[in-house]
This record gives sequence, C-alpha cells and structure tokens, in this order.
Amino acid sequence: MADLSINFAGIQSPNPFWLASGPLTNTGYQVMKAFDEGWGGAVWKTVGDPIINVGSRLGSLDYGGRRMMGLNNIELISDRPIEDNLREIAEVKRKYPHHAVIVSMMFEAKPAVWAEMVKRVEDTGADAIELNFGCPHGMSERGMGSVVGQVPEYTEAMTRYAVDVASIPVIVKLTPNVTDIRVPGRAAVAGGAQALSLINTINSVIGVDLDTWRPIPDVDGRGSHGGYCGPAVKPIALHMLSSLYNDQTVGLPLCGIGGIETWRDAVEFMLLGAGALQVCTAAMHYGFRMVRDLTEGLNDYLDERHIARVEDLIGQAAPKVGDWNDLRLSTSFQMVARIHSESCIGCNLCHIACDDGAHQCIGRIPGQIAPVVREEDCVGCNLCSLVCPVPGCIEMVPVEKGPVETWRQHEARLQQQQA
Amino acid sequence: MSIELTNDSQLTEVVPPLTRREAVEEALRCYYCYDAPCTKACPTGIDIPMFIRHIATDDLVGSARTILHSNILGATCARICPTEALCEGSCVRVKDSHAVSIGRLQRVAMDYVMAHEVPTLPRFTDLGSGRVAVIGAGPAGLGAAATLARLGYAVDVYDRHDVAGGLDTYGIVSYREPLNVSLFEVDVVRKLGVTFHLGEVIDAARFRQLREQADAVVVAVGLGRVPKLEIPGEDLPGVYDALDLIEQTKTRPLAEINLGRRVAVIGAGNTAVDAATCARRLGAEEVSILYRRDESAMSAYSYEYEFAKQDGVAYRWWTLPVEILGSSHVEAIRCVRTRVAEGDVSSRQSPLIRVSGSEFLMPVTSVIRAIGQEKEISLWQAIGAEMHDGRVVVDDVTYATSIPGVYAAGDCLGRPGEATVVQAVEDGKRVAHAIHQALARQAS
Ligand SMILES: Cc1cc2nc3c(=O)[nH]c(=O)nc-3n(C[C@H](O)[C@H](O)[C@H](O)COP(=O)(O)OP(=O)(O)OC[C@H]3O[C@@H](n4cnc5c(N)ncnc54)[C@H](O)[C@@H]3O)c2cc1C
Ligand SMILES: Cc1cc2nc3c(=O)[nH]c(=O)nc-3n(C[C@H](O)[C@H](O)[C@H](O)COP(=O)(O)O)c2cc1C
Ligand code: SF4
Repeated sequence: MADLSINFAGIQSPNPFWLASGPLTNTGYQVMKAFDEGWGGAVWKTVGDPIINVGSRLGSLDYGGRRMMGLNNIELISDRPIEDNLREIAEVKRKYPHHAVIVSMMFEAKPAVWAEMVKRVEDTGADAIELNFGCPHGMSERGMGSVVGQVPEYTEAMTRYAVDVASIPVIVKLTPNVTDIRVPGRAAVAGGAQALSLINTINSVIGVDLDTWRPIPDVDGRGSHGGYCGPAVKPIALHMLSSLYNDQTVGLPLCGIGGIETWRDAVEFMLLGAGALQVCTAAMHYGFRMVRDLTEGLNDYLDERHIARVEDLIGQAAPKVGDWNDLRLSTSFQMVARIHSESCIGCNLCHIACDDGAHQCIGRIPGQIAPVVREEDCVGCNLCSLVCPVPGCIEMVPVEKGPVETWRQHEARLQQQQA
Repeated sequence: MSIELTNDSQLTEVVPPLTRREAVEEALRCYYCYDAPCTKACPTGIDIPMFIRHIATDDLVGSARTILHSNILGATCARICPTEALCEGSCVRVKDSHAVSIGRLQRVAMDYVMAHEVPTLPRFTDLGSGRVAVIGAGPAGLGAAATLARLGYAVDVYDRHDVAGGLDTYGIVSYREPLNVSLFEVDVVRKLGVTFHLGEVIDAARFRQLREQADAVVVAVGLGRVPKLEIPGEDLPGVYDALDLIEQTKTRPLAEINLGRRVAVIGAGNTAVDAATCARRLGAEEVSILYRRDESAMSAYSYEYEFAKQDGVAYRWWTLPVEILGSSHVEAIRCVRTRVAEGDVSSRQSPLIRVSGSEFLMPVTSVIRAIGQEKEISLWQAIGAEMHDGRVVVDDVTYATSIPGVYAAGDCLGRPGEATVVQAVEDGKRVAHAIHQALARQAS
C-alpha cells in the first residue's frame, strides 16, 4: 500500500483529496459524513458578512448524453450565521483531529475585521485559512472575491491583513479570470501567503433556454454571469498550475482545483505540481462516495509503479511544460500518423477530418476499408488519431528529420549567418 | 377508404417503439461515419448518419425529412427492411461493439411525423413538365410517383385494389407493420399532388389508352399469387394461398377466419414465416412448416426464423408434401422424406431424391401454400413487351422496356433473389429520373 498522506504547508492530511469550498462543505453534518466516506480534508464554505442568495443557481453544460461536463453557478458565500459555522467547525475538528479542516474566508478590506475574524477562526482549532479572492459573481460587484484576485496590489494587501494576525497557514485561492496567473500568484507571495490554491471558477454564461429565451440559471426571467467549473475546466487549471509551479519567484506549495473527477485527473494535477487537491463539481454530481475511486485508484496506480509515497509524484512532469520556443521545430523532428489497418473499422472519420480540418493527406483506396496516410505530407497534428473511435488504431510515430533545433536556436543560427 | 382497420390485440406490433430517451442514447452510439457504409448498403441511399444526428439533437422533423427525401416509404422500411442484411449489417460498430439500431431509430423519426405533421419535401431544382401514368400503387409505383411529382410531373397512379399501398397494405402482416403506416405513406404521396385511380384493373386496351394520354408509363404491377403445389387435393376447402390469408387478416375480423387446430405451412421462406405466425395468432395450436430441404438452405432471414421459433412454430425439414387428403375439407397431408442426391446440402440447386418407403400421414385442419409468388407475365405479354426467360427485358440502367416510353419497376422486373420494399422504392426512383432525363432530351 502506497503512503497517500500529505503534509501540505504544514497541514497534515490522510490523503490529498479535500472537498473544495462550496455547497459540499456548508455544514458540519456534510463534512463529517464526507470524512467518514474517506475524504482527507475539507475547505469550509466561505464565511463572511451575511448575504442573501438567489434561486435558481446552477446551470449545466451537457455533452453527448452526459450531464455536467461543465457546471456554472451564481451562488454566493455561506448564507448561514457565522456563529453556527464556527461552532460546527470546532465540533468537526474535535471529532476528526487527524483530518484537514480549512476555513475559507472573505471579508472587506478592513484590517480590524480580519484581525477579529482570523482570531475567531483559529479558536475553532482549524488547520488553515483559505482566502477566497476568486468568486467571480455577486461578491465581486461588492468589492470582494475576484476583484481582489484580479488586482495584484489588493491581493497582496488583503493577504497581509490575514497573514499578519494568523498563527496557522494562510492559503490564497486564486481566480483564473486574469491574463497571467503568475501575477496574482507573485502578489500573494509578496503578501506572505504560505500556499496557493487554484483555480476558482471562470466567468461564464452557461446557456439560454430555447423555448423561453431566458438565460440559464433562470431567476424570474433574468440571469447573470456565473462561475464555471467541472471536468471541462481541467485543462485551464492544469495550465495555470504548471505555470505557477515553474515560476521561480513563487515557490509555494500549490493546491490543485478545477475539474478533478477521477484518480487519473489527480495524477495529472500532482505531476504538474499540486501537493494537495480539491474537488467540488464531481462530488456534487455523484456524492461523497466517489472518493473511494479516487483513493483506491491512486493507490493502485502508485503500487503498480512501485512508488512509495504519493508526494513523490509532485511536479514530476512540470519541467517538461515550457515555452513553445523551446520545442523542436518540425524541420528537425515531428510525429506522423500511422493507421493500423487491421483494427480499422472503416468509419472514414480520419479521412474527412484531415481533408477538411487538417492537411489533406489521408487518402482512400478503392476496395480497401482502411484509409492510408501519405506520411510525407502529414504534419503530425494528431487530429486523425483524436477523432478515430478505435483505441490504438491510429498511432502517432516520432520521426527524426534533422539535428535538434528549436525556434530560439533557429533564430540564433540565422543571426550568426547574417553576422 | 373502404378498408377497415382491424385492431385485434393479437395483431399488435411485435417490436416495441424506442422511447425518446432510448432513441437519443442509441443515436449517440453512431460515429457519424463519412461516406458511411450503412448509406451505401441502403438501396435508397438514405443519409443515415445525418438522420441519426438529427435524432440526437432532437430535430425529429429534420430526421424524417432526411429519410423521406431518399425513401418515401421510410416508415414501412423502418419496420420491415431486412436491416441485418442491409444498413445494420454494414454498420462499422459491428466490428467494435454491435450495430446501431438504424431501423428502430428510423421508426422513431417516422412515428413522430406520423403523429404530428409531415415535413414538406422540397421539389427538385431541375424541374420537368408532362404527364406520367403509373400502373400499380405498391412500393415501386409510389416511389416512382413521389419522385416524378417532386420533379414537376402530373402523375396518375392506377391500381386494381380499392386501397393503394400494394403488398404493404395487403401483404405485410399487421404485427410487423400496422396498416395505418401504409395508409399514411399513401397519403404522403397523395399530398405531393399525385392522383390515385383505384379499383381499376389495367388490361391491354386500357394500357394503350394510358400510353397515348401520357408522356410515359411506369409498370409496377408486382408479382402474382402463390403458385400451386401441383399435388392432388389442393383445391379442397381449407387449403390457403398465404397471400390471401394475410390479406384476410388485414381486411376482415379475425373471428371470421378459422384455420382449426393443426396447420401445415408449405415452404420455408419469409412468406412461410408470416403465414405460420399468422396461423398461431389465429389460434392454431400446432403449426408446422414443412420444407423439402433443411435450415441451411432455407431463404428466410435468420431473425424471421428466430421469430417463428419463438412463436412456437415447429419446423419439419426434408419433408415434401405429395397429397392433400379430405372428403369435403382438408383432413390430412401425405408427405415423403427427401434427401440431397448429390452436391452441397445447403444449396437450393442441389437435386433432391425421395427416400423410398418414407411416406407418412400428418393429420391437419388447414394447409397454407407459401412457396413464393408467381411471375407476373400476363400483362407484359398482353401489351407485347419483349420477354426473355419469363422476365421482361429492360435496359440495365433506365429499366426502359422494349415499348418506347414504357418502364418497369419493382417486383415485376422478376429479379432473382429476395424481393424487398426498399429495392422496389429505389427502382421507382430510378425509373422516375430516367423518364425525366428522356423527356428533357425530347424537349430540347
Ligand atoms: C408475405 C410477404 C412478406 C413480405 N415481407 C417483406 C419484408 O419483410 N420486407 C421487405 O422488404 N419486403 C417484403 N416483401 C416483399 C415486398 O412486399 C415486395 O418486394 C414489394 O411490395 C414490391 O413492390 P411492388 O410495388 O413491386 O409490388 P406490389 O407491392 O406487389 O404492388 C403491385 C401493385 O400493383 C397492382 N396491380 C397489379 N396488377 C395490376 C393491374 N393489372 N392493374 C392495376 N393494378 C395492378 C397491385 O394491386 C398492387 O397494388 C414481402 C412480400 C410478401 C408477399
Ligand atoms: C455552487 C458552487 C459554489 C461555490 N462556492 C464557493 C465558495 O463559496 N468559495 C470558494 O472559494 N469557491 C466556491 N466554489 C468554487 C469551488 O470551490 C471550486 O474552486 C471550483 O468549483 C472548481 O472546482 P471543480 O471543477 O472541482 O468544481 C463554488 C463552486 C460551486 C459549483
Ligand atoms: S496527423 Fe494531422 S496531418 Fe497527419 S494524417 Fe493525421 S490529421 Fe492529417
């Protein structure tokens, strides 16, 4: 059995799977139930000044008969009295001392408020604080949430308000609604954060009802942009995670969030630099019980590869993600598609995809089921292998074409020749 | 219409419809192949991936329009096409899972427009003008009429039956295709502007009149009745022609048809299965199909064979009826055992011999002849079309006969092999386009 436990910025957890701040972590009842099902930690639903919510609040992006490949919400932070939240947090921590309990907070920019609230949260015995600088709807119109995360100076100042008074670790949760995630990341570092978590939800309008022409979710005929999350956002989260991990000036533990649904997603997040993971949409979709697939699958993956500790995965693939300019140009190296005709079922999807959407190099031969790639014209874009419904039928084969040369090296060589 | 819809419960459609939910799930299994093998395997060339995609996106009208554009009898074909041998048999998913249920999906789209409204079918862009007479309102005649109407022609369809539809109306058992499906399709064709003249037998004299009045004539008269067995006793009451029997189940209350307890069906093709399963539904307790060869040689599709067995029909292989016995009504049938004299047992061409001393008597209450249909040659002979080997001679491409301006379509072409509705419709389309081209050539 691999060791799944983690020490994330001093926060101990029996496994890397935490529930993200949201509807799953609204109450002590839910968090205790989740811990019983196997979750390693939970980030409490963001506490802050009293708010009032709206209904409906959620909208789904369905795809190919599957529900909730993307989820959008216009829910605000916790709408329960702060006293109730704090009392239940303390109770959870007392009953589950070895699980990670992190309290998400969002307050206006007043140091005195932060001083008092951080103190009250610490009194519950919570393991850490997460600052919600990411909520893109509602709260942002009131000067909180993503408007903080989008302005580096605010991020730094607000982080400092919390860090100055906290004796437990402070995690800053970043909004993806920025051009370059490293900028707010560096600001949080400057403000003294002990760790970063990302991503919060992405600005979105999920859809329009075709019968009523009302936006979804529908609040008495009107809608608003909301936060987008779920499996569809994973690539965005992976990009932001790896770029922070690879940024020399950040150097903080990173908690990965955004579209994690299976243990396979978890492995990818950890390989690109996540030291802990948070899940929201997938657990909202299937319930807390889904964690057993996450922990068992992750354990089996590690055991199969004789990796003793889950933390040994962290960041292993991140250095391989870098600038385009450092990739070998196709004058030097490329992939080409090869169709294994024995497994071809004859759908011709590769042919039409390459012909219409790529480089017109998959031909059909009369009387033969499998199309054929003209390898000399193939640019190695992958499209055919992506549309092919048969696993392994189209293989992308590496081809060495010349000495190693990247765009950077290519430019340097041209300059030398000119000189 | 003078036909009464029988709605006896024994005749409810055997295959249940897919629910909308099942349909979407099934539609999503389609890979949307390019130049799809299923489309190529459909004689009418329906754009199957497209109609399935319309179902997946919940545009059932668009789906039905796509189907009807290529096959005006899409609702019939959704039910009775031998899909295993056609579209579904060539589905690429046979190789990686199992075929998409194309037939049942087609039915979902067609059922929807049957219950709501029929989509308007666009006329073709290159229109012609003139008048065409079509003899026979079966699948081939309807296929030709619909296409000609969409090409801009005035079309008159003649049929000796009181109701149009051909075998779809009179010959397909209701539990495979309810009668209202065929009537609906006739209505679709009528709404395209086609005029029907029903209850009129076209003989040689009337044919010549029609030929004179019209710019072209399509002959789509189908095949004849079930041939005689040519054995003693087959004129006794209680011996049925399978087609007559099926026609009765579609036009009379079932209680009026009495086959008794023990029924023998002669022949082992698809018609025999229909006759035998009909007999079961009419209350016969023991229904046997007698065939002079065995299952490896029979022409019924495997799903038909399964259907018959599930219905409790017994098969007696290597059994040849030689005489039907009875004083005033069928009482028994005398049979002899057969075997292949030489050659491949599974070939219908291998010669048979009777096993000596193997005669036996089967007590029966009725006998149904189901050994195929006779070629329709009388009209061809009467109008003087060139014949060869009992078949009308036609041009390979246009199906033009030796008489100028006269074309043949459907079963009356006398092609060897299993006749299908879908092929008849395609024949009709082909002939319509050929007429359009010929008339356009004459005009220019
Ligand atoms: C019992 C049975 C079961 C079948 N099951 C299937 C099946 O499951 N699937 C499948 O695809 N196919 C099936 N077929 C075959 C299919 O029904 C035929 O291939 C198809 O109907 C042929 O169409 P058609 O228009 O050529 O001929 P028909 O459907 O026979 O239509 C010919 C029409 O011409 C009319 N007519 C004939 N002579 C004259 C005249 N002199 N004047 C005026 N009108 C005339 C007739 O009244 C008739 O309406 C089955 C056939 C039978 C007999
Ligand atoms: C309904 C809903 C409410 C949320 N509320 C909060 C919140 O109060 N505070 C917060 O920091 N994030 C909140 N989130 C964002 C999630 O914590 C998480 O960052 C995001 O959903 C991405 O993860 P996922 O793809 O696993 O869902 C909410 C998400 C949803 C769907
Ligand atoms: S990899 Fe791209 S260019 Fe090459 S054959 Fe496939 S689709 Fe065409």
